[in-house]
Amino acid sequence: MILAFDWTQLAQQTVIGLSNGGLWALLALALVLIYRSTGVVNFAQGEMAMFSTFVAWSLIHHGLSYWEAFFLTLVISFAGGVALERVAIRPVERAPVLTVVIVTLGLFFLVDGAARWFWSSETRTLPNAFSTRPINVAGVAFSIQDLGNIAVSLGVVALLFVLFQFTKLGLALRAAAVNPEESRLLGIRVSWMLALGWGLAAAMGAVSGMLTAPALASFDQNLMQPVLLYAFAGAVLGGIASPLGAVVGTLLLGVFVNLIGTYVNWIGTDLRLPVALAVILGVLLVRPAGLFGRASVRRV
Amino acid sequence: MRRALGIGAWVLAVAAGLGLFLLLPHLVSDFHSRDLARAGVFFIAIVGLNLLTGYTGQISLGHGALMAVGGYTTAALVVHEHWRDVWTIPLAGIAAGIVGFIIGLPALRLSGLYLALATFGFAISMPSLLKKFSGLTGGTQGLRFFESAPFQVTGLTGKVTIFGHAMTQAHFLYYLTWSIGIVGFALAWLIVRGRLGRVFRSVRDSEIAAVSSGVNLAATKTLAFALSGVYAGVAGSLLAIQDTIVNPLSFTFLLSILVLVGAVVGGLGSLPGLVLGAFFVQYLPSISTHVSSRPGVPDFVYGAAIILVMILLPTGAGGLLRRLARPLATWLYTRP
Repeated sequence: MILAFDWTQLAQQTVIGLSNGGLWALLALALVLIYRSTGVVNFAQGEMAMFSTFVAWSLIHHGLSYWEAFFLTLVISFAGGVALERVAIRPVERAPVLTVVIVTLGLFFLVDGAARWFWSSETRTLPNAFSTRPINVAGVAFSIQDLGNIAVSLGVVALLFVLFQFTKLGLALRAAAVNPEESRLLGIRVSWMLALGWGLAAAMGAVSGMLTAPALASFDQNLMQPVLLYAFAGAVLGGIASPLGAVVGTLLLGVFVNLIGTYVNWIGTDLRLPVALAVILGVLLVRPAGLFGRASVRRV
Repeated sequence: MRRALGIGAWVLAVAAGLGLFLLLPHLVSDFHSRDLARAGVFFIAIVGLNLLTGYTGQISLGHGALMAVGGYTTAALVVHEHWRDVWTIPLAGIAAGIVGFIIGLPALRLSGLYLALATFGFAISMPSLLKKFSGLTGGTQGLRFFESAPFQVTGLTGKVTIFGHAMTQAHFLYYLTWSIGIVGFALAWLIVRGRLGRVFRSVRDSEIAAVSSGVNLAATKTLAFALSGVYAGVAGSLLAIQDTIVNPLSFTFLLSILVLVGAVVGGLGSLPGLVLGAFFVQYLPSISTHVSSRPGVPDFVYGAAIILVMILLPTGAGGLLRRLARPLATWLYTRP
């Protein structure tokens, strides 16, 4: 096996891994965004993204082009995320953390049920966002779809970075997450900042879902469940409160999972996730706060 | 005088609870007795998770997998070694306790969400692991011990005779599960009100303060995981005995979620509400299906109910009970 080692294959598999990892990164960023403002992992994030993807499917079904539907879905998802926060999360804002976690689990069932209710359980397809034609880079053939996914993921990450670092709204969002009490004194509407965070997270999840679906032969309501697992694992690997960590963590995970699935036959598809999780556990035992996380210091 | 009244009230409440426990299966059909027995399985697992999450503050998303260890221990002993099913329960508890101890080891380094990921990984991996080691576990098919019914105390063949007293199988399963549940509950109560309970709570409230007061953090955390694992193992074993079959689908990640939902709905850090938490996770799915059986609607109702309960009772049923009982307790325990 080692003798027939093929560098072209390694490069291709790495790009496929980066492409998957990029899509996971968007959902991981959504998790991090909500974690930083609310202190919980939103277990419903994947299902919300799945719901958005179904919305996009319906829009395309009604005659819109892929990219028209894409941007319209972003707006709808943003509004939906804000609405969910106002209805379900706001009433438990001051409740114990685990109560909020259980509410997000409730949202998981609710959104999943709604998607099965509104759309039948038959499998469906989404047109490709990018051409699947291969493109030749330095003698290695890559699919345009993979490169496009990576580009969109990085683009969204860059936009988010600009929003948070260079706009007044971003400053308010960060302040509300870091120190709600003082932000309130300074006139920031903290509660609404949380809702905006949920809206942004929902929109990012929608991007992830709408790019994940076309790559599959067909999809149904289980579309985003594996993506959520990988996004959660990648975000924790990077340090759950660190956006940079989430991106790096999921990209590393994407490449690792794809390479290990390709080169270690014994693992196959069944054991990919368990092996990846075991490796992450090993990393966490060395760095308990993740790769980019800071150990939390608490006063006694 | 009021002290005597207080004790009287307690005795009365306990007697009423025990009376209800003994009478309940005679008031409902066999079919519902089986449902009640299954609620008992959740109850035991939830009591165990509450020791860990409610009292020691360690989050576990992996209790379904610990239940799998218990369930498969029972099934393997019955199918491969021809043990009688009920005698495997203690061993199932011990096996899951050992596994619980092992998954508790990362807890010495990790906390909060990072620990949750470790236990979560365990739960997610369990079905694939069960399929991979098919020699022992029967792979995707799982293990059926319906066929080995002659070896069973609880064969599906009608009556069960115990201490010369014959009862239907559904009743037997109900009494078996809830007797173990009540004993487990009493033990948990003794633990949390004793020295160990104080140690657990000190770790939950502040690890640093606990260590400076001489608490051995490593021993406490792993002990909590092991104890909690014993409860989960016993619950898994009883689930296997009730179903007379185990397969990877009986112990998915959803089961871990349900146990956690039950513990939070019942009220973390309090024991009396947990019965309600167990009934909640057992009965809500069938109630949701009654609302409408259109695909998706039951899930929708289920999720909405969970959210609504959490909004109305942010500290779970236990918090509500505490609030309701406070005036009585104040009246009983203050000197006039």
